[in-house]
Amino acid sequence: MEAFRQFDAVAVPLPQPNIDTDRIIPARFLSRPREVDHAQFLFHDARRLPEGGQDPDFPLNRPAWQPARIIVAGRNFACGSSRESAVWALFDAGFRCAIAPSFGDIFRNNGTKNGLLPVVLPAEAVDAIMAMLEAGPGARIAVDLPAQTVTAPDGTVHGFEIDPFAKHCLLEGLDDFGLTAGYEEEIAAFERRYGRENRL
Amino acid sequence: MDAPRTLFEKIWSRHRVLEREDGQTLLYVGRHLLHDGGATAFDVLRRRGLKPWAPERIFATPDHYVSTAGRRVEEIEDPRHREMVEKLARNTAEHGIRRFGLGDPNQGIVHVVGPETGLSQPGLLMVCGDSHTSTHGALGALAFGIGSTEVAHVLATQTLWQRKPRTMRITVEGRLGPQVTGKDVILAIIARIGAAGATGHAIEYAGSAIRSLSMEGRLTLCNMSIEAGGRAGMVAPDETTYAYLEGRPYSPRGADWEAAVTRWRELPSDAGAAFDTEVTLDGDAIQPMVTWGNSPEDALPIDGAIPDPETAPDAERRAQMRRMLDYMGLAPGTRLTDIAIDRAFIGSCTNSRIEDLRAAAAVAAGRKVAPGVTAWVVPGSEPVKRQAEAEGLHEVFRAAGFAWREPGCSMCLGTNGDIAAPGERVASTSNRNFVGRQGPGARTHLLSPAMAAAAAVTGRFTDVRRLLEG
Repeated sequence: MEAFRQFDAVAVPLPQPNIDTDRIIPARFLSRPREVDHAQFLFHDARRLPEGGQDPDFPLNRPAWQPARIIVAGRNFACGSSRESAVWALFDAGFRCAIAPSFGDIFRNNGTKNGLLPVVLPAEAVDAIMAMLEAGPGARIAVDLPAQTVTAPDGTVHGFEIDPFAKHCLLEGLDDFGLTAGYEEEIAAFERRYGRENRL
Repeated sequence: MDAPRTLFEKIWSRHRVLEREDGQTLLYVGRHLLHDGGATAFDVLRRRGLKPWAPERIFATPDHYVSTAGRRVEEIEDPRHREMVEKLARNTAEHGIRRFGLGDPNQGIVHVVGPETGLSQPGLLMVCGDSHTSTHGALGALAFGIGSTEVAHVLATQTLWQRKPRTMRITVEGRLGPQVTGKDVILAIIARIGAAGATGHAIEYAGSAIRSLSMEGRLTLCNMSIEAGGRAGMVAPDETTYAYLEGRPYSPRGADWEAAVTRWRELPSDAGAAFDTEVTLDGDAIQPMVTWGNSPEDALPIDGAIPDPETAPDAERRAQMRRMLDYMGLAPGTRLTDIAIDRAFIGSCTNSRIEDLRAAAAVAAGRKVAPGVTAWVVPGSEPVKRQAEAEGLHEVFRAAGFAWREPGCSMCLGTNGDIAAPGERVASTSNRNFVGRQGPGARTHLLSPAMAAAAAVTGRFTDVRRLLEG
């Protein structure tokens, strides 16, 4: 997994609550293997007009936000389906961080296991950052994982909380497999106890 | 004396292999369910040279990509979809994993198959690479959905690293009225607490109205816990649970059954056990519900009218409501009962079990699907289909003009190509009314099976209680 330490990039605002993972990547693209570049599926339908063609008003289509690599969204971002391809679509399009007042739990887990940092900030802080991004399209945000801070375009610094385990894995680019490999004895011992009461 | 513990805590601690100082816990997975969307996880195993640690604890069935028009793999027209079903067959065969494939008498939607085969049991920790895994909590299991990297990790180690979620108890006391189902209860709950109301929590549903639900009603209830943001949703096992499980193919038998029930009786939350969050609802007040927007939280009783964005509490909600009404093609003030539909879909892991089909058939019997409406019934599994056909329900549906199809996820998310056309309005017993969920531009309204059947035969949303009164 790609490690995450500091990241400084253009941020795009998506000022809507409950943006679900079906919006991030529609279900008809879920049969594609990981090797396929998933950037082409990111907000596939949301960024297009019903009659076809790109919607020039969709934030990711606006020239100032095309270089965006940080997404700032409303509450409950990436709720719904467990599809990990929602993270792949963002990652393949260059996104390494999403900032929101809250996230769908499964997306949050999927993100930290794929080098995409989910940052939870208070709704007021997210609103303030969004207002800055809207006022100055193309503005940048700096994210510092070791310090657990987000620096808004106006220089305001917001601290954020993160599960220490997720932080450790992201900083080191570690995945769970390597970690668990050291515990095979414990798993086997547990299994011997557990199996007695849980026959199959 | 030990401190009182919740159902959740009892299952969590029973599956804890170890806990790190930072609180991260390695959990043992008692049962791992797979479907045909999980090919990526096997690709990960292959790349890493790993193989499943405990294949005997893994069970698979194709559901997302199967055709609901026929049972043969060759009938799946889209080669990508066919490949997903074939990959599941190859991957499970290679590793000795039990698969209920197409043509198997137990094939079906994975969240219907688990409970109905007896694979889902009280006290088990279960996972599946699907967010609706919360369904199995209805049996008193701790069950939650995971992403494909986590699926690969569970395959390779039969364990999963997790941080303990908080606990929420949702208590619904009272008596549910006629035609008020598990679906209406969960929609009323989500309307109350919001689509992120239970984020970071494992939910336990409690109270007399919950206890009165059948096992199938509880499965519907727990299924949509994720739509409230909850990782898991559970109901403590009781006599309803044991009566449901006894004699199922993978349920314990004989002395093992007695021993299991004795263990399961220890699972319910102890008196005085503390929850991080408590929510209460009045069961008597819950009405048949219909959603109007693009989040399951946008639900109203059937006698309601489309809300006016101008009355929204803040600018964000106002803008969101305007976007949803625009997408849904609805005007403020319109009564739900004045909204005409194009399609009805009775199916999905939420509402495709035998009681769901019986409830819908009772409405369809002697009536006809309204002109211009396309109505589908997609049973959740082969056993559901066989049972329904033994009871003649398929003939009731066909006589009324419903299509009777083969088991699979179908129009819930349309991964197999079963979708609505842009602009079509669907009365759907599924779980998500998201933008584009049932096809680009499709307009989804969530409701119970009886309410979906009532909409199908009247051509508009209808209070099924009035319809049945005549």
